[in-house]
Amino acid sequence: MTTDLIAQLGEIVGPRFVSGEAEERYLYSMDQGTMPPSEPDAVVMPANTDDVQKIVRLANTLNVPIVPMGAGLVLSGLTRALRGGIILDMKRMNHVLEVNPYSRYAVVEGGTSQGMLKAYLKKHHPGLKHSMPDAPPIATLAGNICIHGSGHLSVLGGSHSDMLTGMEVVLPSGDIVRTGSCSVTGEWFGRSPLPDLSGLFLGWSGTTGIVTKLGIKLFPNYKHNDVLIFVSENADVMPDMISKLTGTQVAEDMTPWMTPKPEWARGFLHINIAFGAHTKKELVFKRNLLQASVKHYIDDKVAGFLPLPPPQKGRFLKIPSPDLARFADLRKGGGFEYVGAIMGIEHFPEAYREGLAIAEKYQVGYSLGARIIGAGHCMMFFFAYAFNRADPDDIKRASDALEATNEAALKMGGIPWKAELPSQKQIIEKMDPSTFSLMNQIRDMLDANRIMNPGNWEK
Amino acid sequence: MNPIKFDPDVCVNCETVDCLMKCQYINFNDMSEAKEEKLKINDGKSSRVLDECLTCYACQEYCPFGNNPFYLLVERQEEKGILPSPRPIIEEQLRMMKPKGRISKEAVSGPVVDMCAFPMLTGCVRGKLFEGASIIVGTDIFCNIMWLHFAKNSTIRERVPEAIDNIMTYYMKEADTDELICFHDECYGTYTSVADAYAIDVPFKPVHQFDYYKERLAVLNESITPINAKIAYQRPCSNRLCPRTDNVLDDIFEAIGAERVPRTYDRENALCCGGVPRAHQRDELADELVEKNIDDMKAYGATYCVFNCPFCMATLGQEVAEQGLMPILVSDLIQIALGD
Repeated sequence: MTTDLIAQLGEIVGPRFVSGEAEERYLYSMDQGTMPPSEPDAVVMPANTDDVQKIVRLANTLNVPIVPMGAGLVLSGLTRALRGGIILDMKRMNHVLEVNPYSRYAVVEGGTSQGMLKAYLKKHHPGLKHSMPDAPPIATLAGNICIHGSGHLSVLGGSHSDMLTGMEVVLPSGDIVRTGSCSVTGEWFGRSPLPDLSGLFLGWSGTTGIVTKLGIKLFPNYKHNDVLIFVSENADVMPDMISKLTGTQVAEDMTPWMTPKPEWARGFLHINIAFGAHTKKELVFKRNLLQASVKHYIDDKVAGFLPLPPPQKGRFLKIPSPDLARFADLRKGGGFEYVGAIMGIEHFPEAYREGLAIAEKYQVGYSLGARIIGAGHCMMFFFAYAFNRADPDDIKRASDALEATNEAALKMGGIPWKAELPSQKQIIEKMDPSTFSLMNQIRDMLDANRIMNPGNWEK
Repeated sequence: MNPIKFDPDVCVNCETVDCLMKCQYINFNDMSEAKEEKLKINDGKSSRVLDECLTCYACQEYCPFGNNPFYLLVERQEEKGILPSPRPIIEEQLRMMKPKGRISKEAVSGPVVDMCAFPMLTGCVRGKLFEGASIIVGTDIFCNIMWLHFAKNSTIRERVPEAIDNIMTYYMKEADTDELICFHDECYGTYTSVADAYAIDVPFKPVHQFDYYKERLAVLNESITPINAKIAYQRPCSNRLCPRTDNVLDDIFEAIGAERVPRTYDRENALCCGGVPRAHQRDELADELVEKNIDDMKAYGATYCVFNCPFCMATLGQEVAEQGLMPILVSDLIQIALGD
């Protein structure tokens, strides 16, 4: 069957872009996280929507599972072929199709990378930018949006799925649908005022369709940029500080971080606040607003802004930030995973303390932090653990710590983000049964043969 | 603990109260008010000066009697728990700059150049100016004078002797010289002025960078190509601890053909670069100082903005460059004249 599958896929995409060889099956069986490998039968790289449609129809005919994949950087194993079948690697569909500078959106293919769009905008539209996650530049826009990712403009524009303006999706049946304004006018300016069908494909871990095009919001790329780092010692006042800082509505990005290394940072709670402006005067005005919002903490001497001369600010303004990647290499051996839990800001102190306790209990190197989403509407609190992939005991420790963290996050009212398989089951257990039932009805309707990334979001 | 070297009678009998009357950042209605505040500080009482002080070191220079007004003020701030910066800012910097214990014995020979805790500056030690020089650097030999800005005399008392001990044990004891060239005049100020006032023993001979440069330029006289440019000099707070060296700098500029423009904010009237007020969370004041400094430099048609202090350069350099002046350290300006 596999030989037949490979041959038929080869007829669709050409023999260069399909493989059932052991090397490819091994490489595509895992990501950098702790989830165990699971090999596909074939890996295929479509060039366009037509290819995707044909591949999906073939998978349906043969009743073979199909797993859509961007860059495979999700870390929680969502692009593993849990029941074999085809991994659909979207990297060839890496083209920026349109930029509308007035309505500020871009339309890109489903495999377009963050780096590709960034480079394109820099060259052709230097006055515009999109929100980059702190992931390697090869991470895809579609992948990050579909997992409800967040990034450098998330205080301004919410999570990346909030920045989605529309999609073209190949359904599990092979039909092609469009969501948002592009389904009516051919323009990609937004999802309103229509019934919002985009939600059928956001947060579903590739179980409802394959995104072949999408529109995303763009934002002004400021000439002048600055960063402040607010430092305190008391986790209990963090929700109020975050609330006050976001209340000014001038920040583009706000990322608290707490780490035991370097040694000087241990025990201190930092909030990086990035903001930009068209003029220096406007930049200073915004800085003053941010500083004024937390003035009473400064006057009480319990918190303050770290004095950073301009040359030292560069590293904090880098997009994506290199700091998490540096931490990922802490233990050597290439292992890195984190639990990101979406939760209310008020849970910050509890999340911080739980993170410290879990790291202590499982003896894992940790980095804790958060990205504030919207004007303080919620946060993605992350508990990151580095481990040595060559050391099974180290992997086990990190894996146990992650599981404990997921449990703790759910207990305190958060929801694990881009949840790996065991965590999906934990979420389902806590979920309103009617909600889970609706999810299944939708999947049955869209994917009668259940070929789309099976194993995910199942009890 | 050795008390600060200070004679209260000198202040009681002082007829000018220059230490406060000349202050550029705190205003007094008249001399009697200034004197009253000064005597309150001396007596360990509360004074608004303790809260409002920018910690610019200038009063150390203004006092005609060398009665250490600034060191005493810092002592009183710490005694009273007055924090110029929020506690986490001070605490985090205390940890950043603490000795790391990464020092190891190294053979050095003269001239030995002390780069303090800043390895990123070691590239400045090059060419004919520093021919044959050995460099020592690292947090284990950090001069620690910065704590004067943060009401931390206790840290100075604790860490400066340790730094001196490290310099001797790991480098100078077996060196062929007892002279230590201080690349930054904060170090020179520590090992001369602070050490004297705090009764800290210094077993080596600190040499100010300007004294060293002047001597080298005399030797390298024939290699000098005059710069023939107007330069604006940004005098740092630490130079208040060794005002004699400001005249040496004039000789250096003359030797390399640099015209030091007569800025409003130079010499005794030098204005803070704005770096420390930012640490004190006084950004709007810092903005004002930056603007005044740069407007002043531009008004005199300077081509270069010359820095003595690397921290001043980090604070002002980008802004200076954006305004069309070239930011440069004194040593690098000399290197240009020497063709290095």
